Formats: sequence, structure tokens, C-alpha cells
Amino acid sequence: MYAPNFAAPQSIDDAVRMLGADGAKPLSGGTDLIVQLRSGRNRPDHIVDLKKLPGLIGITAEGAGFRVGAATPGAELGEDKAFVAAYPGIVEGAELIGSTQVQGRASLAGNLCNASPAADSVPAMAACGVMAVVVGPNGEREVPVQDIPASPGRTSLAKGEFVKEFVLPALPAKSGDAYLRFIPRTEMDIAVVGAGVQIVLADDGTVAKASVWLGAVAPTIVEVDASCLVGTKLDDDAMAKLDAAAQAVCNPIDDKRGTIEYRTKVAGVMARRTAEIAFKRAGAR
Amino acid sequence: MAKIHVTTKINGEDAEFLCEPQQTMLDVLRDELSLTGSKEGCGSGDCGACSILVDGRLVCSCLMFGAEAAGTEIMTIEGMSDGDTLHPLQQKFLEHAALQCGFCTPGVLVASKALLDANPNPTEEQARYWLAGNLCRCTGYDKIIEAVMDAAAEMRGE
Repeated sequence: MYAPNFAAPQSIDDAVRMLGADGAKPLSGGTDLIVQLRSGRNRPDHIVDLKKLPGLIGITAEGAGFRVGAATPGAELGEDKAFVAAYPGIVEGAELIGSTQVQGRASLAGNLCNASPAADSVPAMAACGVMAVVVGPNGEREVPVQDIPASPGRTSLAKGEFVKEFVLPALPAKSGDAYLRFIPRTEMDIAVVGAGVQIVLADDGTVAKASVWLGAVAPTIVEVDASCLVGTKLDDDAMAKLDAAAQAVCNPIDDKRGTIEYRTKVAGVMARRTAEIAFKRAGAR
Repeated sequence: MAKIHVTTKINGEDAEFLCEPQQTMLDVLRDELSLTGSKEGCGSGDCGACSILVDGRLVCSCLMFGAEAAGTEIMTIEGMSDGDTLHPLQQKFLEHAALQCGFCTPGVLVASKALLDANPNPTEEQARYWLAGNLCRCTGYDKIIEAVMDAAAEMRGE
């Protein structure tokens, strides 16, 4: 019978050492790992629960930005008013992951390191320049979140490494983020396309900087060349170019949720709609 | 690996148990502690029949290892009534006939309690989204929502 070891270390050093063992897997919220374990897809020899480590759960305002513990449940993000006001798009992503129950456990680091191309919290984090703080046998390093997933189900993390926390940079003035997901149902489904956008406005109200990332249309999330938005107020011409640029980076699969052609077309639509929301939010700040 | 000894609090009382590392909290509740009110529908976090509160937060007990309960406070459906006095939600579920086979009911009740603890005055839409992770294949949900909204009104003293 399958019977792994289970440990909940209290120090980072212990966690790194335990995760260095063959067949060791970190446990965050567990909403992916436990399902994979039961289905037999993933049967780690050692389960290392990271939630007892200092700083792994909780949100800390830091200067004009935030630090978010890697295992903080998504529900906690949505309950932190200052965090929601600053990063509504990242919260929108986290609050689309599964049900209320799942959000009571599921974390940003779990969503990121499960490395699904359809992970809802990742595109908006990438658009906002969020950095993952990775610890491991060689110490600590900061990595842009988009560099963690390598391909479906695989990360770029080395043996013994795990994500400790996320650093959310101080918000530029007049900036806004947003995340939209397209699913065939109204709730609780996996993205056909997800789009995360951050827009920063110049003093004259035109776009100074736009970052647009798409989920579920390639083996990892992909960045859209959004330079067509810069200097505009998202007029029809700029939006048509964004739509084309979004479609151009798609490399999706055919599955029951959508064909390649459908996903590609929807990606353009979602990029436009999400950019509009981020633009309005930036203007309201 | 040897069984793990876990000390926790369940429905207000100190509790301890031994569990295998791979046993979920749902397995522990049902098989080790004989608290069989929490049900296993899917075992993958989709149906909500195993809903419990951990430190006041609504979770699926099938998506949590028993070992993770160490040092937490757990509330299950068995802790919902006050002795023989039903919780207003339980009473309203009876009055509105908000159940048929009853398999999903413990999970729906625990999830509804978590909703009203967090928001005593939810809109119908908020209640429907909150409970989207509790699947019921009998009622069509309308009676459940009516019961929750009615219980919320009663608990607000309206």
C-alpha cells in the first residue's frame, strides 16, 4: 500500500533539506497534490508541508508593495481590503480557482508550481511584475513568476528548491490590473483562455506601459506584444492590433473546452476586454 | 512510516487521533473518529459534501491530510446544532424541504454557516456563488437558497 512520509518542518533549512530527498514534494494548500496522489498520477515518497514555516502564510504591506506568503490561501487575499484595492486583478485570478472550499486552501505558489498553463492566478501576477522568492540548497533568489513553470506539470525549480513568498512591487501611479477568464460555464471550470493585464497611464491619460499575458493558449503562459497600446487611449485601431497580437502568440491545444481556432479567436477578445478593465482602473486611481 | 499522532480540537472538544500520512481529514473523521456526517461524494474537491471548517475557514476535508489538522480547530456538521436545538439553518432546511436524498446536506449546511458567519446579509447571487462548490443532484438548488436566505433573515432578527 502506498504510504508516504509526512513532515511539517518549522525552519526553512529543514524544509530545504527534506525537499532534497529523492521523491520529495512540497505541500502547500494541497488542492492539486492530494487529487494527484489519490489518482496515482503523483505519488511522492515524502510530503513536506510548508505551511508551518515562518512567513509562509500571510500578507504584509511593505513600502508601497506587498509580500505574500507562498501558502496563503486565496480566500485570504480577497479578505484583505488594502490588497484588493492595490491588485484587484491578481485577486480576481485567485478567486476563480475552484470553489469557496478550494479557495480556503489553494495558494498562489501551489497554483504557480502545479504548472498548469491554465492556472488562473498566474497571468495577472506576471503582468504586474510579481517576483517569486525561491529558497533552496544554494540560498535565496528572486525569479519572475513566469519563469517558474517550464511546461505543463513541470517547473524550472531545482531539487530542494521551493517558493517561499511573492514580492509585489510598489504600484506605479495611475496603474491598474485585471484578470478575465473564459469558460463555458458560469463557475468552477478550467480556463479556455485567461488574460491578465496591467496598464500604467501617462499624465495625459494615454497608456505609458501595458503588460498583457495569456493563459491556457500555450504550454506555459505567454506574453502579448502590447506596444500597440502605448500612447493611445485604447482606440479601435489599437484594440484591433492588440487582438491580432494576442492571436499571434497563441499555440493552444484542441480539447473538449475549445478547438485551436476557437481558443485563438477568444484570446484576442479576452485580451481586449481585460485591457479595457485595467485601463479604467488605472484611470480611476 | 509510523502512524502520526495528531492533537486538535473538534467541535469545541479536545481530540487526538492516529492517522496514516496519506489519510485525508475526511478519512480520519469517518473511519477513525466515527464522525460520519461529512460525506465523500467525489474525493477530489468538486462536490463539497465533505465540507468542514478549519480555524473558521471553509474547506473540503477530502483535500486536506489528517496530519494537517494538528493544532487547528475543526468544526463538522456534528457540531452544528446546540444539543437537541437545531441551528437556524438546519431548521430552515427542514421547513423549506431543502433536501431530498440528503447526501449533500451536511456539506451545504456547513458551507452555508461559513457564509453567514462571514456575511450575515448576503444577496441571493452571493449565496449562489458561495455555494457553487456544493453539488446537489436532487433539489435544483432553489429550495436550498430559499432556506439559506430565510435563515439569514431570521438570524438577523428580521
